[in-house]
Amino acid sequence: MQTDWIMGLTGGLVIGLAASFYLLTNGKVMGASGIIGGLVDKSGWSTARDRIVFLAGLVFAPMVCSMVLDIPAKTNATTNAIVLVLAGLMVGIGTRLANGCTSGHGVCGISRLSLRGIFSTIFYIIAGIVTVLVFRHAWNII
Amino acid sequence: MRVFTAFISGSLFGIGLLFSGMTDTSKVQGWLDVFGDWDPTLAFVMGGAIVPMFLAWKYSQGRKPLFGDKFPAPPSSDINRDLIIGSALFGMGWGLAGLCPGPAVASLSFGKSQGALFVLAMIFGMWLAPNIKTLFPNNKSTI
Repeated sequence: MQTDWIMGLTGGLVIGLAASFYLLTNGKVMGASGIIGGLVDKSGWSTARDRIVFLAGLVFAPMVCSMVLDIPAKTNATTNAIVLVLAGLMVGIGTRLANGCTSGHGVCGISRLSLRGIFSTIFYIIAGIVTVLVFRHAWNII
Repeated sequence: MRVFTAFISGSLFGIGLLFSGMTDTSKVQGWLDVFGDWDPTLAFVMGGAIVPMFLAWKYSQGRKPLFGDKFPAPPSSDINRDLIIGSALFGMGWGLAGLCPGPAVASLSFGKSQGALFVLAMIFGMWLAPNIKTLFPNNKSTI
């Protein structure tokens, strides 16, 4: 659709505002994997309350927003349980080893010209492109 | 106050993800499908998010956060083994399912059992990661 890029740019600006707000008020990098991971491996339990409330907003706001603004909310995710579990495991292990994901390394890292953020983003995009190429076009699994 | 601002940030993040279409796995996989039916939307999302954040980092210099003691330390430039392997693993999982941590959580309320299964596996992976790190302790800088 032609309006997709306008929605993308607008949504992106809102994501950037969220990250800016989190930085300037709480003094933290808004990285989804870091906020969740710190709860999982106990490394972030001293700020557990902030993290849980952040995640609560992240879960409930899209639901309310999709109802109020009538935006279709669907993920079109695969129903293949093996693919979902494997992908989830790789995303979980990978983001914690790399210490960041699309929000932490991508949005917050690139915007401060962090070498690690830029390299990580290049690596995960290349890995994603190769994965889609192999699993979609060679093996027709996804 | 920190709890309130954290809630606002999480909510804005979720609304941005939904609005931009990033909770839709077909759009994310479409962005990675450069050899097929390529969807450039993600580039606009990234660009749109990086601009305000760039200004926020600039503004933060020499100041203090409103409800915290200090801003994050300057980023390290250590491109080490964990960063490379971790990013590659993350990218593979991202391509396979079209989900990364933010959108996966943001779509929990409407992602049905698929979303929940992915998030559970992701949390288990996050729990495993520190153990994997201690299993292979050598993590020297490679670049």
